[in-house]
Amino acid sequence: MAYVAVKGGETAIDAAHAWLAEERRGDTATKPLSVAQVQEQLGRAVDRVMAEGSLYDRQLAALAIKQAQGDLIEAVFLLRAYRTTLPRFAHSKPVETDAMRIERRISAIFKDLPGGQVLGPTSDYTHRLLDFSLLDEDGAVACPPPVAGETEPMPRVSDILRYEGLLEADTAGPGDPGDLTREPLAFPAGRDVRLQALARGDEGFVLGLGYSTQRGYGGTHPFAGEIRMGEVSVEIEPAELGFVIDIGDLVLTECQMVTQFKGTKTVPPQFTRGYGLVFGFHERKAMAMALVDRAMRAAELGEDATAPAQDIEFVLYHCDNIEATGFVEHLKLPHYVDFQSELQNVRRMRAAAEAAE
Amino acid sequence: MAVLARAPAGRLEALLDAVGERPAYTLLRAPESGLVMVRGRIGGGGAAFNLGEMTVTRCAVCIDSGPIGHAYVTGRASRRAELAALVDALMQDPARTEALEARVIAPLEQEQADRQAQRAGKAAATRVQFFAMQTMRT
Repeated sequence: MAYVAVKGGETAIDAAHAWLAEERRGDTATKPLSVAQVQEQLGRAVDRVMAEGSLYDRQLAALAIKQAQGDLIEAVFLLRAYRTTLPRFAHSKPVETDAMRIERRISAIFKDLPGGQVLGPTSDYTHRLLDFSLLDEDGAVACPPPVAGETEPMPRVSDILRYEGLLEADTAGPGDPGDLTREPLAFPAGRDVRLQALARGDEGFVLGLGYSTQRGYGGTHPFAGEIRMGEVSVEIEPAELGFVIDIGDLVLTECQMVTQFKGTKTVPPQFTRGYGLVFGFHERKAMAMALVDRAMRAAELGEDATAPAQDIEFVLYHCDNIEATGFVEHLKLPHYVDFQSELQNVRRMRAAAEAAE
Repeated sequence: MAVLARAPAGRLEALLDAVGERPAYTLLRAPESGLVMVRGRIGGGGAAFNLGEMTVTRCAVCIDSGPIGHAYVTGRASRRAELAALVDALMQDPARTEALEARVIAPLEQEQADRQAQRAGKAAATRVQFFAMQTMRT
């Protein structure tokens, strides 16, 4: 099929854009929304857009959300597009999450662990009742006073379990990790590339797949070994300096899912892990990512790979919401000629069927 | 450099003005925004993987007496990068190091430590204190 160039519609498009801008602004009797307000008060939306846009910049993510009228996938698209206009100066040293300045840290497998269970600013224990007091424009917020004193170190739960040899150890890998923003996906994809794809993958898709593993499609009975959220320092080594410098902080959420593993001839029974790490305070995504990461390790661990979440190709080809939205929404574009040919085909088949009767 | 990278532009301006250190300088590399690919470790402690990018701004300045100052700061922050590079250059002048250390770096460091302590304190307030439940069996 050939694409046929068609002209026209410029005026209609201009009018559509103008109306879009007006709709975005909404009723002018209400105050306009500032980007700073989005950045400060819609933090979880900002986190999601940064994670899936694969670009950590709170202000830009907030701008994208405003511009996209809160359509988060459209905002991710804007961020991804902007990213392509910037040069890449460097890659960071791997961030060290054991040195994270913890704002939240919980474990579902050990009650009393060094550093304790720190809830942080969680909504887990709210009643999910609409809070009508928020209808008031300027409801004051009272936070209990901070607790002073030295904070205990918080080793990762995975490091605690590892002392007994009951948990698989992390392994150092060779050289530079794969980068799917630079090289196209190739299969079999290594765990480095899989984690990169999941970290920027669609929250809904990754959540659904993670859920499917819990319901028995590639089931591994998982425990939330640890979830931690807080700030980590980013370090780079610029060529012109020749030494490592600390350039600032970013907020990350990390999840370690722990799963029983019955062992093989060479490996004793132990716990294996799925890993989740995402930009921002983004716990649901980090947990789902860890489940899917573990599911995709089926072949590596000698398990049968039968379920969608265990199918690396299926997961990686479909978890990116910009690719997905591009292909689904391209169906809106004119397919006039395509459809004409199908129409002729159906008419011909019908005529042939009638003639045969 | 870690302290300067985290300093708001307004604070850098104010502290430099207070010290009275605003010599002429030339931009060797005008503030330029770009990306750093942030890496994580598989499993938290294993091999590296590419997590995603973050915006950064870099700048290099040269003061007339010679030293070159560099800065890399997170975000798109031209003014912040330029001022951080300027302080970095000034710090390399032995005659100025001490005053800048005491009157620019130290206060910034304190502010950053206070902010961190404030957040750590909020986190500590949400640490769970478990109480053993009395069971029926004694």
